[in-house]
Amino acid sequence: MVGIVIVSHSWKISEGVCDLAREMAHDFENLISAGGLDDGSIGTDAQRIADAVVEADSGDGVVILADIGSSIMSSETAIELLEDEGREINAVIADAPIVEGAICAVVEAANGGTVDSVLRAAEESKDTSKL
Amino acid sequence: MPSGIYECISKISDKIIENKDFLTELDREIGDSDHGINMARGFQAVMEKLSPDESDIGAVLKKVGMTLLSKVGGASGPLYGTAYMEAGKVMAGKTEVNSDDMKLIFESAIAGIQKRGKAVKGEKTMLDALIPASEKYSQKISEGENLISALESACESAREGVEFTKTIIATKGRASYLGERSIGHQDPGATSATLTLEAILNYMKAK
Repeated sequence: MVGIVIVSHSWKISEGVCDLAREMAHDFENLISAGGLDDGSIGTDAQRIADAVVEADSGDGVVILADIGSSIMSSETAIELLEDEGREINAVIADAPIVEGAICAVVEAANGGTVDSVLRAAEESKDTSKL
Repeated sequence: MPSGIYECISKISDKIIENKDFLTELDREIGDSDHGINMARGFQAVMEKLSPDESDIGAVLKKVGMTLLSKVGGASGPLYGTAYMEAGKVMAGKTEVNSDDMKLIFESAIAGIQKRGKAVKGEKTMLDALIPASEKYSQKISEGENLISALESACESAREGVEFTKTIIATKGRASYLGERSIGHQDPGATSATLTLEAILNYMKAK
């Protein structure tokens, strides 16, 4: 099953997004939160993201959803750290809003989607009209 | 006695921590007012991780980079982290820096920052200090100057680069939201990059 990692500057946001997305698939275990720094401060930590990707991966790859600013750079760095370690994990970053993207991604992943289809589900959420 | 690379990194750390409030103040003008706080937190963690007897420059630079990736928190974390790690790759196994090594350090660090930030010169970033400094350094070395005097010229170019950032619009990072209002303010990243070069120069001179 494809894993999903939620990256935010805020630990509360990443935990909250995971809680919300899990409502859609209660037994989906490969959804991992990687928000904030170790000491709880606001920020992103490439090592923490890399560890989350490893935890989320069950061999079918991982889709990362990230919030603003350095969360993308830190996620890219995390993917490179794993490559440098020689780990072969198909990890990709979705160009998608973090809340809507996470919900769509979890639904697709829980239904047995591939990395490509989970990525597409997340990215299609950015065109969803709310009103 | 502490290794050369430990002394050099501790000089950089002292300089960054001394300028914590100044960097944060610069970032308050055009960013999210955390650059000094973030960089100081990163270097405090670096100094806790390093031991004074580690002398392999490549290994130490890698450790500095890995620590900054985790502890800085903002965009400067992956940017400086990648810069130090890329410089570490070209210095693997070495315990001394000669003038050619310094050129490689400049070039690999800049390539790392460009890869990570997808920025070019003229976008009001740390590259506006580092690229002119690197070019000046290489020019002076090719003219036969020694490491310290070439690095002195490089620092001068970096300071000019910081002044140049006052005249341009930010198109990368948080400052880009300000558009033309970013004009008149110097870039915090270019400033911390220049402080880093000055600290390296001070270490080289005192050695």
